[in-house]
Amino acid sequence: MVLVLALGDLHVPHRAPDLPAKFKSMLVPGKIQHIICTGNLCIKEVHDYLKTLCPDLHIARGEYDEETKYPETKTLTIGQFKLGLCHGHQVIPWGDLDSLAMLQRQLDVDILVTGHTHQFTAYKHEGGVVINPGSATGAYSSITYDVNPSFVLMDIDGLRVVVYVYELIDGEVKVDKIDFKKTSSNQSTQ
Amino acid sequence: MMLDGTEDEEKFLAAGIAGLQQNSFYMHRALDSNNLRDALKYSAQMLSELRTSKLSPHKYYELYMRAFDQLRKLEMFFEEETRRGCSIIDLYELVQHAGNILPRLYLLCTVGSVYIKSKEAPAKDVLKDLVEMCRGIQNPVRGLFLRSYLSQVSKDKLPDIGSEYEGDADTVSDAVEFVLQNFTEMNKLWVRMQHQVGKNLHVLSQIEGVDLDMYKDVVLPRVLEQVVNCKDELAQFYLMDCIIQVFPDEYHLQTLDVLLGAYPQLQPSVDIKTVLSQLMERLSNYAASSAEVLPEFLQVEAFSKLSNAIGKVIEAQPDMATAGVVTLYSSLLTFTLHVHPDRLDYADQVLGACVKNLSGKGKIEDKKATKQIVALLSAPLEKYNDIMTALKLSNYPRVMEFLDIPTNKVMATVIIQSIMKNATRISTSDKVEALFELIKGLIKDSDATPNDELDEDDFKEEQNSVARLIQMLYNEDPEEMFKIIETVRKHILTGGPKRLPFTVPPLMFSSLKLVRQLQGQGQEENPFGDDSATSPKKIFQLLNQTIETLSGVLAPELALQLCLQCAEAANDCELEPVAYEFFTQAYILYEEEISDSRAQVTAIHLIIGTLQRMHVFGVENRDTLTHKATGYSAKLLKKPDQCRAVYACSHLFWVDDHDNMKDGERVLLCLKRALRIANAAQQMANAARGNTGSVMLFIEILNKYLYFFEKGNPQVTVAAIQGLIELIMNEMQSDTATSDPSADAFLATTMRYIQFQKQKGGTVGEKYEPIKV
Repeated sequence: MVLVLALGDLHVPHRAPDLPAKFKSMLVPGKIQHIICTGNLCIKEVHDYLKTLCPDLHIARGEYDEETKYPETKTLTIGQFKLGLCHGHQVIPWGDLDSLAMLQRQLDVDILVTGHTHQFTAYKHEGGVVINPGSATGAYSSITYDVNPSFVLMDIDGLRVVVYVYELIDGEVKVDKIDFKKTSSNQSTQ
Repeated sequence: MMLDGTEDEEKFLAAGIAGLQQNSFYMHRALDSNNLRDALKYSAQMLSELRTSKLSPHKYYELYMRAFDQLRKLEMFFEEETRRGCSIIDLYELVQHAGNILPRLYLLCTVGSVYIKSKEAPAKDVLKDLVEMCRGIQNPVRGLFLRSYLSQVSKDKLPDIGSEYEGDADTVSDAVEFVLQNFTEMNKLWVRMQHQVGKNLHVLSQIEGVDLDMYKDVVLPRVLEQVVNCKDELAQFYLMDCIIQVFPDEYHLQTLDVLLGAYPQLQPSVDIKTVLSQLMERLSNYAASSAEVLPEFLQVEAFSKLSNAIGKVIEAQPDMATAGVVTLYSSLLTFTLHVHPDRLDYADQVLGACVKNLSGKGKIEDKKATKQIVALLSAPLEKYNDIMTALKLSNYPRVMEFLDIPTNKVMATVIIQSIMKNATRISTSDKVEALFELIKGLIKDSDATPNDELDEDDFKEEQNSVARLIQMLYNEDPEEMFKIIETVRKHILTGGPKRLPFTVPPLMFSSLKLVRQLQGQGQEENPFGDDSATSPKKIFQLLNQTIETLSGVLAPELALQLCLQCAEAANDCELEPVAYEFFTQAYILYEEEISDSRAQVTAIHLIIGTLQRMHVFGVENRDTLTHKATGYSAKLLKKPDQCRAVYACSHLFWVDDHDNMKDGERVLLCLKRALRIANAAQQMANAARGNTGSVMLFIEILNKYLYFFEKGNPQVTVAAIQGLIELIMNEMQSDTATSDPSADAFLATTMRYIQFQKQKGGTVGEKYEPIKV
């Protein structure tokens, strides 16, 4: 079982001072094998913090990121799954699932992780799964009202991935989970 | 050394003097009759009086001085003897026959002095010999005095440069060596002596019978008497400290008057401030240890007594270093915080006294002093965990005024960290004003020093912490929140171009959050009328002016992003002119100030993405903005970027939830334009590199065709899609095609998608049915 942390849109320090304390206490170094980050950290201190949680850190560039060298998109393979990463401001209309599905086809990945809308979503379609981990700090968004801080933890085990979403609602951390299964390495996720 | 029986000591001293005088009388008689043997015998007996253990150093000294005088005369006699032909070496040997070691050593030193003068042996050798032999006396008092004698008799006989005792074999380093060794040994004895003294006090403290009353009436007065009378600064310092450490804190509280009263009587060179600080520290810890003891402090009026004592000490020592003064007040403040945590007025008093003492000194630059001031200012922060409480101390900002700029920044950072750690909400504009005054070292350049020496990373960290701070300023009441925003804005605008890119964004987003809050509350309810009340419009006006500060070479991309954010927020408030104004500004920024290709691509995406979501614009405005956006897209530098931007623009003509914003024709126009650009890109590649480029762009456009096809755009026909598929196939199979695995994969997934849609059945399946793959 491989644990992958997906989070992004922290917008520190422009829109939020820091990760919520309750999240920080849950995210302990050494437990997570990979981190994929949708971008808009925005400063080096956040990067360094994430690095302490897990050295295998993948970041896609958000429009407010201080570091200009993060890639626009990134693909990686974890176990039997191909993952794609993109901040999402490049995919118009923003948050439109069909357009995101197109990007998924283009990157040829089973799981596409994007952000930008600050709204958690997990969408399954014939081509695979599109996940948006939301904003880990609950930062202001022009697109989404009333953003709750959230992040996603994926447990990849063989051909199965369990997606846990953690949301901070009224001071309490609520967890939800969604199951996805691949039929085989070559075929799409169902 | 016993503390009781000072009368006994007098008796012992008298006896010693008597014995000494008697023996010296006989010694003189022997000297007069040239009877060396007897002279030595009586001198040894005389010196035996110095073997006593019964005298305090003070009294021993009196005895010693008398012996010293006698030894001078003996020395003169020895000199005469050697001139008369007596061998000094024999003399040196002779005196070693004295029975007891102490007299023996005194005599040796005396002879040694003559020996050196005779120059029959190098000074260095004799001195070395003597300093080693004195090791034989380990008793602190006797040893110290003996070595003191040695140093007395040898001081004019050191083989110094130009001295008659400088020989080939003897050098300055030998002299130095000798003195150092003597000094080292004396120091050891001295320390041991102190411990012995201190041990006595310790023993006293352990005696069960010494209760508070006895301590107050008997022990303390006597001990203090001794301390004052010994008139030795080192001893006094050590002993005062001893008293404080050894006896219980409650005793100190109850005898505070007496204790503090002794301080002015000590030698002026004693480090009183350290003693006082240690006393206060102990009392602070005592207070912190249990709440039950606190009433006692009140009862003895500890605070005012200590306050006054400090005042007197500082007055008495006008040359005290600033660091020392601040340390005293720092200890007093810590004491106050522990003992009287609710008495902010006491704490303020302490700070006020400190301010008074520091005034007239300008900015403090001594590192030790500034360190102490930071400690002084940090104490209330740590105690109250709330900067707001610390700010209630009127003298707090006044103390900060004394810090030089680098230290002010350090303190400002401490304050911000305290706020972040405790998640303190700063909730009124007055408090914000006070806070920003305090941390002004971070907010703006000082008039005095230019700021360019600061390391870039450090500067970023500093400004980022200010940015985080701005997030902590909040009040639910919109009127107050707006005041807060105005206050912050006022301050950050003094920060200069380097700081604005850090401080403007957080202010902006706080403002947008307020706009949203007001939206929620409904704008129609405006009992106060448009002018006075906070309204989104008012906020947008403020923001407009603020973003302007970022334009120019400063941060145009950031400014553009912020303009678009404001535009979207204005859209949600149904403020069409405001939104249009922000878009105009964004476009101007794009046209005039963003020239980097990569930045342009990002900017275009943001422009298109935002514009696509705007519903507030009337037809004309929308058309103007859309037209411009498409124009920019087509003029991007790289063809692939152009192509992608143009097909993204197709979405500007099709907004799902607004039926009157679905213009199928213009969508198709965009897609066709994108296709033309893709074609041109292929031709360019062929001309420039001899083979056609990737078909990736075509596949992307195909996907867009499918998108609008599904959405029901009648202009996107099956034929068009089929044609595009064929085009792609042809391109891929042509001889000049470059292979591109990712394009192949994309095509595969696209075909798979079409298949899947066909198999879906229902309307979708029907739609897709005619497409052949």
